[in-house]
Amino acid sequence: METEADRIRIFSRRALLLGGAQAAVFATLAARMGYLSIFENNRYTLQAEDNRVSIRPILPRRGLILDRKGYPLALNRQDYRLAVVPEEVEDLEATLAAIRQIVPLDEDDLEKVRTQIKRVPGFMPVEVARDIDWQAFTAINVKLPNLSGVQPVQGYNRYYPDGEAVAHVLGYVGAPNEKNIEKDPDPILRLPGFKVGKGGLEETFDKRLRGRAGADRVEVNARGRILRSLGRTEDTPGDPVTLTLDRELQVYSAWRLQGEAASAVVMDVHTGEILSLCSTPAFDPNDFSGGIRTKVWKSLLGDERHPLLNKPLQGLYPPGSTFKMVVTLAALEAGITPKESVVCTGRYMLGNHGFHCWKRGGHGYVDMRRAMFQSCDVWYYDVSRKIGVDAIARMARRFGFGEKFELPLPSQRAGLVPDTEWKRKRYGKAWLTGETLNASIGQGYMQATPLQLAVMTARLASGRTVVPRLIKPEKPIAPARPLGIPEEHLAIVRQAMTDVVNSPEGTARVARIRLPGVTLAGKTGTAQVRRITAAERRSGVLSNNQLPWRYRDHALFVSYAPVEAPRYACAVVVDHGGSGSGAASPMARDILTFALAQERNMDLPQRQTFGPQQAPSAPEATGATGNIGPVAGAEEAAPASSSAAPSAPAAAGEGQVTAAAAGASGGEAAPAPAPDAAAPVPASHGG
Amino acid sequence: MVETLSIPEKLRRLNWWIVFTILLLTGFGLAVLYSAAGDGGNFQPYAMKQSMRFAVFLVMMLGLATIDLKWWLKTAYPAYGVVLVMLIVVEVFGKVAGGAQRWIDLGIIRLQPSEFMKITIILALARYYHNLPRVYVTSFYHMLPPLAMIGVPVCLVLLQPDLGTSILITCGGVAIMFMSGIRAWLFWAAGAAMAAALPIAWSMMHTYQQKRVMIFMNPEMDPLGSGYHITQSKIAIGSGGIFGKGYLMGTQSHLDFLPEMHTDFVFAMMAEEWGLIGGLFLLTMFSILLGWGLWTALTSRSHFGRLLAMGLNVTIFLYVAINLMMVMGLAPVVGVPLPLLSYGGSAMLTVMIAFGILFSCSLNRDTAMLTEGPNLR
Repeated sequence: METEADRIRIFSRRALLLGGAQAAVFATLAARMGYLSIFENNRYTLQAEDNRVSIRPILPRRGLILDRKGYPLALNRQDYRLAVVPEEVEDLEATLAAIRQIVPLDEDDLEKVRTQIKRVPGFMPVEVARDIDWQAFTAINVKLPNLSGVQPVQGYNRYYPDGEAVAHVLGYVGAPNEKNIEKDPDPILRLPGFKVGKGGLEETFDKRLRGRAGADRVEVNARGRILRSLGRTEDTPGDPVTLTLDRELQVYSAWRLQGEAASAVVMDVHTGEILSLCSTPAFDPNDFSGGIRTKVWKSLLGDERHPLLNKPLQGLYPPGSTFKMVVTLAALEAGITPKESVVCTGRYMLGNHGFHCWKRGGHGYVDMRRAMFQSCDVWYYDVSRKIGVDAIARMARRFGFGEKFELPLPSQRAGLVPDTEWKRKRYGKAWLTGETLNASIGQGYMQATPLQLAVMTARLASGRTVVPRLIKPEKPIAPARPLGIPEEHLAIVRQAMTDVVNSPEGTARVARIRLPGVTLAGKTGTAQVRRITAAERRSGVLSNNQLPWRYRDHALFVSYAPVEAPRYACAVVVDHGGSGSGAASPMARDILTFALAQERNMDLPQRQTFGPQQAPSAPEATGATGNIGPVAGAEEAAPASSSAAPSAPAAAGEGQVTAAAAGASGGEAAPAPAPDAAAPVPASHGG
Repeated sequence: MVETLSIPEKLRRLNWWIVFTILLLTGFGLAVLYSAAGDGGNFQPYAMKQSMRFAVFLVMMLGLATIDLKWWLKTAYPAYGVVLVMLIVVEVFGKVAGGAQRWIDLGIIRLQPSEFMKITIILALARYYHNLPRVYVTSFYHMLPPLAMIGVPVCLVLLQPDLGTSILITCGGVAIMFMSGIRAWLFWAAGAAMAAALPIAWSMMHTYQQKRVMIFMNPEMDPLGSGYHITQSKIAIGSGGIFGKGYLMGTQSHLDFLPEMHTDFVFAMMAEEWGLIGGLFLLTMFSILLGWGLWTALTSRSHFGRLLAMGLNVTIFLYVAINLMMVMGLAPVVGVPLPLLSYGGSAMLTVMIAFGILFSCSLNRDTAMLTEGPNLR
């Protein structure tokens, strides 16, 4: 750098170099911007939309469960709920206190919310209260600006109008647990407030009843605040399931069994359709819809009468004397004639061991017919010894004992039909003749469920291998395969069953049916729960009533009617109910009377409605009642009457509330028109 | 001679096209800030305050433009010294705000000395090389004072810590050294040394700065955290398309997805509503201003004027370039505002001072000798 000119030259060169570099940078920036806004425009437009538009799921309404005539057994009722979004709540305690001023919440509820908040991610709404009334709901909405993080939600709650009467068949719904979520990848399970079916048909048909979630498209800002609605896709309600149950018979049976720990099964003897499947005591599935309270749950679990057990399918009982029809048929098949007779002295000696007849003094001269309708044990001891246990077991299996039927209900038990091979496998010991004697009167190892007893009765009455079914078939089913038992054998047994009820010497004369021209056939059974010791026998057997409840005998009664043209088979088991004739047979009689009376009066006006509530004549805001009437075309029921109530929240609500209210007026919530004099119109399934 | 002219005459001689360009840019920026105030736009809280600020700074700029270049030469070292002392004061008594100590609270305004250092470093170095005899320019020994003059304030600013300002001061200073004619290979060597020193710099950075760099490399790594700024900014620019979503119609900004939309990310806010067209307009306006700065430097007859004009040109350029690169995802988020558009007083003050001095250089560009000194022809 010798001269000033050099300096200027260097400066100019370098300044121009820098200027060029600047130009290059600017060109790069322009190119970059062009790239972003032209080539990547679609992608970023999408992302901007993604930011702006938030999809709020609308829970689908669960499919209805209908009885054979189309009455809803399970439906959805609109309810108002409150949820809090943990991460949006500033002060949880203050917020809960504020909510508590409007909605009554006890310390238990609050504790539940607190623990739940600790468990879920911050953005997941936690339910604080459900089933709150309309006044409280609007009050919360008014205060909403001061309650950050509180979300008023309108939703549907599963509702079982007949409550306890259908508890065991339908099951209940509840929040999915971790196992559900693990097993089922359906993202719908993760939606807050979504319920899955648990126990019973709700569980079995969960996927079908579930439906598809709808969505609210809303514009939100970066903080998630909803600014306006952009559109809505309605939810698709789940498909209905139509059962073979007859709601009125079901409710009546449940009512009739009340006060006892009992089960009753009514089946169509030709199709196997189950019209009634009752278990008492029961729980109220409505208590579960909103999450069961611990106290209620504990009392259900602790009850010695097992209200959570579906006794017709899960209860195992020695069939007792109700098993004698099977033994009789086995004897006939083995060549024993109806003339076969013994003299019953009340005691049968096997070696030096005495087997007692239920009648202390004995029956005297007993042939096959008398042995059945008077239920003489000694005759059966004698015959079973001749034919052996395996013949009895073979016959028992043909009548459905020891079998699990294809029913859409979880946990059905198979019971047990013992034979020589079973004993060898199970205990590694040879079968003893004494055990055959026990088996012949349905005691000992023999175990059956009330459902199996009903199936047995239906097969006896129809002579066909009917299988129980709970879901109404789309088209009439073909008659079942014959049992392969000679009609004359069956006739002997049927006649004996008729005599049990109708003969002057029958054991269950109380069970005669009081409808003109209808005869009922049946068989009592008394299943011993504990052995009667020899000492007790000497000192005089204690009567059942003197024993503690859990040691009393089970009372059983199987029956079908009418004898002339069998329609229904019915099995009733009363746990620790004493004798079959005393406790069980009147129940079976009344249930069958109801079923037959109802059938005969099909064309007459509806006489009674059983259930917790009568159908109201005018729509009410509570929505607690109603829907007892038939739902014609399930989802479309009474859209006009439903529009009035749900439109009210829309006016007062803000943000999310309005969105939920708009299209949510399905129809279940609003009472359907009360059933009038006209006969119920069966729902047109699938349309 | 220019120095004998009256103030009105000096003002008349200003390049009013450039003043107009500045007005146009700022006006556009105010329109964007109006939109940034919320749904439907509002003068409050940004546009009104910003326009008042600008009015004051515009008068100040015109005032600075009339100041004689000789005076700038005279005040270069004292100004540098005062700002350096202020930086030290900030370091010692500075008020903690936003994780970085950057202000001296004078009660009326919160002074950010690091902003002024961007100008005074250029003044001081321009004076140093103006006075340095030509033969010493390439001497190694005479490179040490300017390196110290750059290094001390940069270290102070880094301590605050303010990466963006440090970069601006360093680049401004180094640009002057480059223009003064020191050996070109030194820059290659320095570049290599810097690459080698990168790991050390990395270890000296604050965690949040390291994170910013990491996230810059891959914004998707943390779309809701530190990468959120870049991601949302790119979405805003990209979704704007060629013509934009329309004034007041930006969703990224109006729904608050775009953070810092009125300050550092004002360009993204603008781009969403005005599209590529708006972006090219801004680049064109800045190009005109920078081109004028470059022309002023090239046509200045005094060495001080040349270096000063070019240094200011580089400073303004760096503001724009770093901000835009940051907003478009080409540079990490270092917190450099977009001059004349971003809401806030400090950056606007610095840039308006720079323009004032540039105008002064422009008016005095025919003056060859500012002082009697060793740099006689």
